[in-house]
Amino acid sequence: MTKSRISIAIAALGGQGGGVLSNWIVDLGQANGYIAQYTAIAGVAQRTGTTIYCVELFPKKLAQEEGKDPVLALMPVVGDVDICLAAELMEAGRAVNRGMVTPDKTTLIASDHRVYAISEKQDMADGRLKSEDVRTILKKAAKKLVLFDMDDAVLRSSSVISSVLFGALAGSDAMPFTRQMFEETIKNSGRAVEANLMGFALGYQYAKGDISKPAPVPCASKKISSPIMSRIEKLPEQSQALATYGVHRLVDYQNAKYASLYLDRLEEITNLDILPEVARQLALWMGFDDIIRVADLKTRAERAQNIISEVRAEPSQIWQVEDYFHPRFEEFTDILPAALGRSVLNSSICKKMFAPLFSKGRIIKTRTICGYLMLRFIASMRFLRLKSLRYHNENKNIIAWFDQLKKNMIERPDLALEIAKCPRLIKGYGETHGRGLYHYLTIMVFVDQHQDDAMLTSKVAGLREAALMNADGIEFKARLREYS
Amino acid sequence: MAERSFKKEVEKLKLGRGEEFYGEGILAVTKALLQAGVSYVGGYQGAPISHLMDVLSDAEEIMADLNVHFETSASEATAAAMLAASVNYPLRGAVTWKSTVGTNVASDALANVSSGGVIGGALVIIGEDYGEGSSIMQERSHAFAMKSQMWLLDPRPNLTSIVDAVETGFELSEASHTPVMLELRIRACHVYGHFTAKDNKRPEFTLQDAMENPKRDPSRIVLPPSNYLHEYEKLNDRLPAAIDFIKSRKINEYLGPDQGDIGLIVQGGLYNSLIRALELLGLSNEFGDVSVPLYVLNVAYPLVGDEILDFMADKKAVLLIEEGHPNYIEQELNMILRQANCQTSLNGKDMITDIGEYTSDVIKKGLVKFIETHQPSLAIDQTLPQTLPTINVPERPAGFCTGCPERPMFTAIQLVEKQIGAFHISCDIGCHLFSILPPFNLGNTTMGYGLGWAGASAFNKRAAQRTLSIMGDGGFWHNGLTSGVGNAVYNQNDNVLMIVDNNYSAATGGQNLLSSAQKHQNRSTGHNIADAVKGVGVTWVKTVRTYDLLQMHSTLLDAMTTKTRGPKVIIAQGECQLNRQRRLKPEFNKQLKDLKRLERDRFYVDSETCTGDHACIRMSGCPSLTLKENPDPLKSDPVAYVDNSCVGCGHCGEVAHAAVLCPSFSKVSLIYNPTLWDRLKDNIRSSLIGFLQNKAENRRARRLKNAGLL
Repeated sequence: MTKSRISIAIAALGGQGGGVLSNWIVDLGQANGYIAQYTAIAGVAQRTGTTIYCVELFPKKLAQEEGKDPVLALMPVVGDVDICLAAELMEAGRAVNRGMVTPDKTTLIASDHRVYAISEKQDMADGRLKSEDVRTILKKAAKKLVLFDMDDAVLRSSSVISSVLFGALAGSDAMPFTRQMFEETIKNSGRAVEANLMGFALGYQYAKGDISKPAPVPCASKKISSPIMSRIEKLPEQSQALATYGVHRLVDYQNAKYASLYLDRLEEITNLDILPEVARQLALWMGFDDIIRVADLKTRAERAQNIISEVRAEPSQIWQVEDYFHPRFEEFTDILPAALGRSVLNSSICKKMFAPLFSKGRIIKTRTICGYLMLRFIASMRFLRLKSLRYHNENKNIIAWFDQLKKNMIERPDLALEIAKCPRLIKGYGETHGRGLYHYLTIMVFVDQHQDDAMLTSKVAGLREAALMNADGIEFKARLREYS
Repeated sequence: MAERSFKKEVEKLKLGRGEEFYGEGILAVTKALLQAGVSYVGGYQGAPISHLMDVLSDAEEIMADLNVHFETSASEATAAAMLAASVNYPLRGAVTWKSTVGTNVASDALANVSSGGVIGGALVIIGEDYGEGSSIMQERSHAFAMKSQMWLLDPRPNLTSIVDAVETGFELSEASHTPVMLELRIRACHVYGHFTAKDNKRPEFTLQDAMENPKRDPSRIVLPPSNYLHEYEKLNDRLPAAIDFIKSRKINEYLGPDQGDIGLIVQGGLYNSLIRALELLGLSNEFGDVSVPLYVLNVAYPLVGDEILDFMADKKAVLLIEEGHPNYIEQELNMILRQANCQTSLNGKDMITDIGEYTSDVIKKGLVKFIETHQPSLAIDQTLPQTLPTINVPERPAGFCTGCPERPMFTAIQLVEKQIGAFHISCDIGCHLFSILPPFNLGNTTMGYGLGWAGASAFNKRAAQRTLSIMGDGGFWHNGLTSGVGNAVYNQNDNVLMIVDNNYSAATGGQNLLSSAQKHQNRSTGHNIADAVKGVGVTWVKTVRTYDLLQMHSTLLDAMTTKTRGPKVIIAQGECQLNRQRRLKPEFNKQLKDLKRLERDRFYVDSETCTGDHACIRMSGCPSLTLKENPDPLKSDPVAYVDNSCVGCGHCGEVAHAAVLCPSFSKVSLIYNPTLWDRLKDNIRSSLIGFLQNKAENRRARRLKNAGLL
């Protein structure tokens, strides 16, 4: 049976303007000879959840000839959707799962950008689902696929995603209406017309294939010849890029001498399979985050540029910034010379005297002269860093880590690789750092005590994964018991 | 001020005879009420009829012009009791709420009004929150109709049918002296469509007439001996009268061919889904011209035995399409068939799934099974769409909005639990219930609206740990003041209640309530929750601004551990951000245009210092706090990132302070229309800091160069 209606499903997240888009499609249809019906569920789904809108259009003339109204659906019907619009990549995937996209009839118009779900965001490492897998299936699922980053189009047109989708709908030629009819609809709605038309135009051009994503400009890296670079070039090729980043970072962090310590250490690693991981972890570890580093980063000119572009300040707009710090007593003793730091940390009198100074968070206005100078003063303590208690502690752990690596890298290369990955657990500041360090050290003790365990390699991997599963360490403890 | 304004749309309520109305279901219902000459309307908000309440509120002036009284009732019980006006007087009245939860609350009054009966038409419009998108337990309102003997209309989900059902509902109510329930499913409430309007009608008999000429009839009151009499009336008079009316007005419809081996019976509300399923099978066209006989139950209760037997008699088998559980209609149909000794086979939930919403797809599968069993010769189109591998997509649980003032409450609970260990948390109904979902994962039970504290009333013992209950301001005024607070005072409870005071009934769409700060021309607002709590006898009452996380934390810790005995109430204040933004944005834009000096705050995370551990997200869950690729080539974990939807509430900064997270959070204040002084200060700062930054930058470059890297 040939059908005359156009069935449209819209999948959006709360706040993405699915309702506005539905209204436009209704207005578009009604203004151009169609009967329109639409419905959606407004409810808790509006609060960050998924919302599905269903719009159906039917030629008015046909209904008048029959003298009856068509019976239209109140929700998208599996296998009976002509056009599916999705305002986010995973929502497009969900629409496919729900049967709202079928290869025999559906034009799928979807945004390629991601709005991460809480399950992805709250992960202690990287919980993001794979976008590539979704794209692969979308290509097979739809009769025609229009897929591009609409969030980028929104930014570029200062509009909203609904107008970009509406433009892409026009550009997809899936509806019997002209571009002008679409634009009239936006104009007649009378709200934010200019911005919406801009978004519409971009969406239209993308769908028509008139714009493609600008190809990334290849970095023209200038070959430099210097003693340090030639040392890097002597490393196996797959480690060179990482080592270059590492060296850059450590010169920036401390000085050339410190960077050459990094290279000295790398040169001790004779197992070339574990070298890339060691190069990565060692660079991060030797460049540990302390308040000196933070103060340095927060006062750089580059940071101001990052802020301006991220908060989308208008050109020449005046702005202020308040930085939230909460250094603890420990961070204070960390930057003292090792011996002094240790005795202050262990002295109950000092603790009583100084600890109250660190009980509350502080706000520093980094773009005032006072705030800037204060942070610069802390940053200038860089020259004391290699004498500090913190450095002393980190260095001790790095040496122990290296001992383990060297001990195992020839006879048990798999175990060495797992050990090489473990410093990933140590990150951040304060409690986060303490927790990560505790997990790391526990694994190292475990390695020490279970050298004869044939399963040690997989157990180290298992413990490392468990440490990233939840913040209160329940999973880690359970696994530790299981393995011991 | 509600989430959505219908100020523009309500103008459509003035349409006259023959004009075409275009709009949403709930707006059409309002128009139908006015066309039917209603005298009074009441109700309590909650999806899916929140918008109906919002339309009615926005239409208050139009209704007042027609001498119609509208009020936003304190609860569904209040609304149902309002129908008492139709007991003694020929006044048409309508009330509305979310069902089944609202009907649960209302059922005391509903039972009373349906026992004594009415002379004016009494209509209960229920938004049936069942199936996809529902936020409540999956039950049927059908049971209430049966137990109290009210009639249940379930019209086809198009505006013409819905509007007709309102008018017919009043007439049915008057003809049978029984209140009538009109059931609208979620999607029908929000369906946009059209119908031909009629003129609005002013009620002939007015509320003033009733007030000035009171009438009383003791036989209408539920007290012995009348209560016994009512049971006779219900069965002997009102039910037959209703059935006569339904038959004579042909409210239920016979569609399709007169004859056939098989037939279908469907609840009116499922008609569109059935037709689409039939169309996909090749048994209907787009206009619903079906090739199988169809009997549509626009009245779901009571059933009309004669009509059913008429339909069944010449058929081999009939499929009943009845959504929800228990299958009351199927049970009654079987009884009707048995008693009439009719041998037609009846199928229902044995062919279609017995759980969940009846979508076209679900119905289609049932139809295929039914046809294959009883009329395999019938040609049906069974092409199935190609199956694709399932895509791994994340769940999207409901969560707090960007900048929500409730978020800090739950961060504070997380922090206190870290200090003193986990405690039992009894939740209520409202946005705050999202705390049970990630990332907070807090809360043990919820027992219904306003029942947060009552839900913990058993734990009234001395123990090493107190319990915490949570209640929204909506639940508090609905009944929590008495069922929770009063109960705790009277029973000398020693536990803690936290009341969310966010100025609105936020979860239902931001309607005003007694404690709203906003002035309202037709309502009395500004009544303090703390005063009410003290008024019923609580002495330990503390009011805290939620965004002040340190104070929120210390107050909660104090309440949970103080030696002071007796009920403890914390009032956590912070305006619902959704409503706040709706209020402030236009104001901001106006002042911007008027060249006033303005500051707009938003937060920012330094990617370079972010640890990629995401503890900030686990303790906040703000939608604007999300992830982006780590710009550091040595790190693979994504970093936290504040997107442009940030409203600058400051919670993420407070969390970073209170939980000692990381030094990555900053508040950026953008200044619009700066003063001369702003410019001067900025000039001095920029040039001096710029100069110093340049020098630092040069030193850094030199360092890299000397190392042989530049």
